[in-house]
Amino acid sequence: MMINYLSLIVFLPLIGAIIIGLFGKRDKHTKWIAAVFTFIPMVLSFLLFASFNRTVEGIQFEEKIPWIPAIGANYHLGVDGLSLPLVILTAFLGFMVVLISWKEHYRTREYFSWLLLLETSILGVFTSLDLLLFFLFWEIEIVPMYFLISIWGSGRKEYSAIKYVVYTLFGSALMLAGILSLYFTTGSLNMVELASRGLGMVQTAIPAAAIFFLLLIGFAVKLPVVPLHTWLPDAHTDAPTAGSVMLAGSLIKMGGYGIIRICVSVFPQVAKDYAFPLAILAVVSILYGAALTLRQTDLKRLIAYSSVSHMGVVLLGVFALGEISITGATLQMFSHGILTGLMFAVAGLTMHNVHERDLRKLGGLSRQIPVIGVVFVIAGLGSLGLPLTSGFAAEFITFAGSFISTTVSGIKILVIISAISVVLAAGYILWMVQRTFYGPVREEFNGVKDADTVDKIYMFAFIVLTLLVGIYPAILTEIIKTGVIPIIRLLGL
Amino acid sequence: MDILLLTPEWTLVAFSLAIILLELFIKDRAIIEGITICGLVISMLVSLIFLINLPVGNTYFAFNGMLNIDHIALIFNVVFTGAAILVVLASKDYFISRFQNNLSEYFALIMVSTTGMMLMAAANELITIYLSLELAGISLYVLAGYLKDNTSAEASLKYLLLGALASAVFLYGMALVFGFTGTTQLNDIALYTNGIQRNPILIAGIILLMGGLGFKIGAVPFHMWIPDVYEGAPTPVTAFLSVASKAAGFAVIMRTFITAFSMPTWLSQDWGTIFAILAVITMLTGNIIAIPQTNIKRMLGYSSIAQAGYIMVGLAALGVSQSTVSSGQSSILFFLISYTLTNLGAFISIIIATNAIRSDLIIDFSGLGKRSPLLALALTLCLISLIGMPPAAGFIAKFYIFRSAIQGNLLWLVIIAVLNSVISAYYYLRVVKVMWLGRQESEEKIPSSWPLKLALGISCLGVLVLGIIPGSLMHVAQLAANIF
Repeated sequence: MMINYLSLIVFLPLIGAIIIGLFGKRDKHTKWIAAVFTFIPMVLSFLLFASFNRTVEGIQFEEKIPWIPAIGANYHLGVDGLSLPLVILTAFLGFMVVLISWKEHYRTREYFSWLLLLETSILGVFTSLDLLLFFLFWEIEIVPMYFLISIWGSGRKEYSAIKYVVYTLFGSALMLAGILSLYFTTGSLNMVELASRGLGMVQTAIPAAAIFFLLLIGFAVKLPVVPLHTWLPDAHTDAPTAGSVMLAGSLIKMGGYGIIRICVSVFPQVAKDYAFPLAILAVVSILYGAALTLRQTDLKRLIAYSSVSHMGVVLLGVFALGEISITGATLQMFSHGILTGLMFAVAGLTMHNVHERDLRKLGGLSRQIPVIGVVFVIAGLGSLGLPLTSGFAAEFITFAGSFISTTVSGIKILVIISAISVVLAAGYILWMVQRTFYGPVREEFNGVKDADTVDKIYMFAFIVLTLLVGIYPAILTEIIKTGVIPIIRLLGL
Repeated sequence: MDILLLTPEWTLVAFSLAIILLELFIKDRAIIEGITICGLVISMLVSLIFLINLPVGNTYFAFNGMLNIDHIALIFNVVFTGAAILVVLASKDYFISRFQNNLSEYFALIMVSTTGMMLMAAANELITIYLSLELAGISLYVLAGYLKDNTSAEASLKYLLLGALASAVFLYGMALVFGFTGTTQLNDIALYTNGIQRNPILIAGIILLMGGLGFKIGAVPFHMWIPDVYEGAPTPVTAFLSVASKAAGFAVIMRTFITAFSMPTWLSQDWGTIFAILAVITMLTGNIIAIPQTNIKRMLGYSSIAQAGYIMVGLAALGVSQSTVSSGQSSILFFLISYTLTNLGAFISIIIATNAIRSDLIIDFSGLGKRSPLLALALTLCLISLIGMPPAAGFIAKFYIFRSAIQGNLLWLVIIAVLNSVISAYYYLRVVKVMWLGRQESEEKIPSSWPLKLALGISCLGVLVLGIIPGSLMHVAQLAANIF
């Protein structure tokens, strides 16, 4: 019996959101409905992971029904080695954020509705194989994110929310122009077809490079790539904890995914031509992001800037245009999602219990909240790339893969320069951990609440995943490879 | 036979005369509203019957080519009567508190105006266009001043004066075109313009026609009446104006320019380029000036100027390239239907809200999300549709129009248009923000009677359905557009 797993995974959170919106009168009911409707997609995604055929390339679990025949748009879902890890990541994070928000009590009904709608739209982006459907899901995430930040956030929440929206809309406006141009020059909205056929048909009145950059800017705003990154610190810092986890953990990966899936696959020649300048931009993101992180004194802002740096590694891996480097970039997206998700979760928990987020005022917390302290240290070590954690596996594969890549000349120098970021990462992570949890104990934090059962559950889940991938990265890379090899073939290698 | 073709129109006229007389005998306003709705529904049903029975590709020339009853005209008939029905439903609570007299004239004028618009959509001959423009317009001038306070009177007067000016400009343009071609029938004009060289008189005539019609659709620089009239008129009338009158204007433009002026190619490219440039300044003006607005009706006025700009991108695509005529038309048709539902939804929510809040200022909408979440959700959905974001119909509508523009090689115009959507997000989201984040002004629920809820429900449902399953409507629009 053909069960449409992907449709279920994508739309169950939406159904949950509607049920909560209509019937969620009591907070308790709302939370449990949310938990159920995010738990099932997570389990289904693990099922997909188990039953994914690692010996064939190409799309699996495909679903395709005509949607708007007049323009050739189809309801087309599918996963391959590239998108499956991201689907698993999003489904996992989707359930985790419900656990993280378990104690939310302000306007609970709306909160969980928006959270579940957000999950649907991100899952839709990763599983979509039709350009119009892709863009539709891409845009839908803006509204829940706006509400999550502006209602349940902190600091300059309304400013950060509107900044996020306008920035994202700017990027996606250009992306829309790019999609329309692509559709016009090829007559097709089918992403699989576009990737395999490539361009070079009909009247290419619009130069391929122009379409490439229109699309790239949209993805670059999301990833983010310096200099289009200025929305990220504000949005991450002022979002509620669950919002930050979803945003940093899964939403920004949409940018990286889009670059690989659309920009590189459909325009291999343009990607090769412009790979070196874009790799330089990646190095700038890595180093500039890391340098800025060192200067931060707010806990969440520090983690936010470190995301800029880590996503720069993804960009470097992508535009090194090598099989191992793109595999590493995808693994980095997954690993960063888990680790930064954990970091934001723990930072949020700390801030919630201690009521303080300025690093200069924190200190010695490991005496008072040991459990949170340990988890925080693990998360930090993963983030700086300590072996045994997924952070090391991902960064090592990316750097090594970029170094040996033969497609882009001069990449070796760039990789060597970016390796400095490992040192900088060690700097800011260790400094942050030391400032928050070690050092002299402060009296005012006596009696601060430690992690409770629900917190321990999700922290444990995150740590298990990161160690699993860190110790045996092949469980993911053998899947990722099946998605990357066809792309490399398109690049003519 | 020809009279039968005009059944939708004269049914409405008959009903409007009937209720003016009936008010002398019947005091119950509910009955009068009911009769109005009956008349509009009958008219809509007749148009639908004609629409279904008209074979694809056929048109009926009525009265010696004066009117052209084809699919496009019939679809517009349905749009106008639909909009009128929703507006009449939404007027229910509005007048109970604001005025008691002249209610039947209000409904009669709406019906007469709708008749004028239906004739505008079908008119195939310049003088008929002018007559129907006036028929639709004069009723609206009166309706704008219905509240009889200073703002309303100012709105009505401005509308009248500027409308008269626009009609005069249109008439002058008509005269020049007539002088040049010797005929006012659009198909015959096409025969004369085909194959001529660049002629200044013809071009001047066309530009003046654009000016007169540009007033109707609210294109810059003919837009100055919109903010004042939208602010001063009673909100149901504003709603009606913003959708039906604009749609009628675009119907006339499409028919005139495609039938009469699309050959020779240089002429069509000329007016296509002019529309492209007008589209840019219209979008920019509408979106930028909307940002500092504090009155929600005024803000929606500028927003509708910007929306007209997006539709003009479609018009530019029509003109600039021969291959995009039918896709451009079907996308404009789709956009107008989606825009009608969206804007009506927005205005009806505002009517419901302002019935209780008694103020048109945006800050007074504060905390609406708490007081009346469904109402705030409906308004949020319509605002999202106006920005052009999925899953609302506005996104699909913009997608179609931009697609036909790219087919016409207007990538630069599409980039400007999408960037304008980004700018517009700022002021639309400001209303959303105030509703959901603002402090509640008072605790009471916002009451509304069932016709209002029905109208709002229909609009929002339409916005969602068109946003998620646009296929069938798009198919219908494409079939209709292929006749031109």
